[in-house]
Amino acid sequence: MIEIAGLHKKFGEHVVLRGITATIARGEVVCVIGPSGSGKSTLLRCINGLEHWHAGSVRIDGVPVLPHDRSIRTVRAAVGMVFQRFNLFPHRSALENVVEGPIFVKREPRAAAEARGRALLARVGLAGREAARPEQLSGGQQQRVAIARALAMQPKVILFDEPTSALDPELVGDVLGVMRALADDGMTMLVVTHEIAFAREVADRVLFLDGGVIVEEGAARQMLGAPREPRTREFLHRVLHPI
Amino acid sequence: MQAFLRDSAEFLPILLQGVGLTVAVTLGALVLSTMLGLVWVLLRVSGVPALAAASRWAINVIRGIPIIVQLFYIYFVLPDFGLALSALAAAIIGLGIAYSAYQAENFRAAIEAIEHGQIEAAQSIGMGWALTMRRVVLPQALRVALPPYGNVMIMLLKDSSQASTITVAELALQGKLIASSTFKNTTVYTLVALLYLCMSLPLILLVGRLERRLGRRRAA
Repeated sequence: MIEIAGLHKKFGEHVVLRGITATIARGEVVCVIGPSGSGKSTLLRCINGLEHWHAGSVRIDGVPVLPHDRSIRTVRAAVGMVFQRFNLFPHRSALENVVEGPIFVKREPRAAAEARGRALLARVGLAGREAARPEQLSGGQQQRVAIARALAMQPKVILFDEPTSALDPELVGDVLGVMRALADDGMTMLVVTHEIAFAREVADRVLFLDGGVIVEEGAARQMLGAPREPRTREFLHRVLHPI
Repeated sequence: MQAFLRDSAEFLPILLQGVGLTVAVTLGALVLSTMLGLVWVLLRVSGVPALAAASRWAINVIRGIPIIVQLFYIYFVLPDFGLALSALAAAIIGLGIAYSAYQAENFRAAIEAIEHGQIEAAQSIGMGWALTMRRVVLPQALRVALPPYGNVMIMLLKDSSQASTITVAELALQGKLIASSTFKNTTVYTLVALLYLCMSLPLILLVGRLERRLGRRRAA
């Protein structure tokens, strides 16, 4: 469903992506791991056109993603995104955050959107917190509202950009639990993460990025259990045994 | 003191007519400068280089000309081109244009204070530029812009006295007319100053409260 072909991207002189080619099938959960600065977040942000690139192409269900074209709005409405720092709208309640897209982008009737919004908040474990402002919620709760906001658009795929990296350790589990439930429901997900355990348990496939190229990819358990490439082995060793 | 009170009772009704015009000029110019300021700032953040440059230059030209000269231009020069305005209209338009530059700079600072992640979040659910502005950026920027907006109101209230130079009989000019015909300078100008304070002090206190409230929100 997502086809990335020969993607090149640079910031000024600094080359971030050096020819990324990958496909993600419908219903697949793919984790992208790699050291910071390896280009994994940039790759994710190209898929919904938050970044533009210098060569290559991204297609979703065969439709090209064109970051500077009006059509990008339709693409983004069908591609959910969850950010590292949540990026909830601070001037709106949890429920208002969730129904913002359905009501103002998709022009759904408010009553229907709110009913679905409440159900989504319940699904991420936040029933009863509809009226809470983001500042009244913990980081883990905010991130779950952000997931509900992405789900409210009924996306074909959700992109997660280090969704647990800004959380206190004890709050990580709740967010990963919601993501695992989504995966079990068959949602197509592309997850940039440092949570190797999550990748091993939940992902179908893992891409290891370093220096703007995919160094290794494979089935999650197999690749994380027995990486072929020395760079992958070294990275995993450092992440799993920090001291 | 008794003489002051007696003279005050005599002058106040005339001065209050001036207050009426001061309020009219201030509110009229406030509305116009707010709308124009929004136009400048939306052009500026439109992402279209030509529009942004046009807005920058408009603001520079407006800021570079003294308010009094802008008033003279609108009241005394435009009639030569067939556009004769009443003194009040000229004052409102002149001050409105002059202040639109300050408003625009204030609005721009408020918009730029909004985290870029907010815009990306709006885009990520499919919002275009206009919807992002209306639903995400402007409502948040409004809160940031409110205290400085109050300050602009206070400055505008005081600068409305410049309308006296194009014959608008607002508070300052009424005072001057009474003073020059009665020579009771102390009484008249004390009253004028007190009347300005009656209007500006509530605004100043309000701005202080808004600033404290915003400060708390930031700290939270």
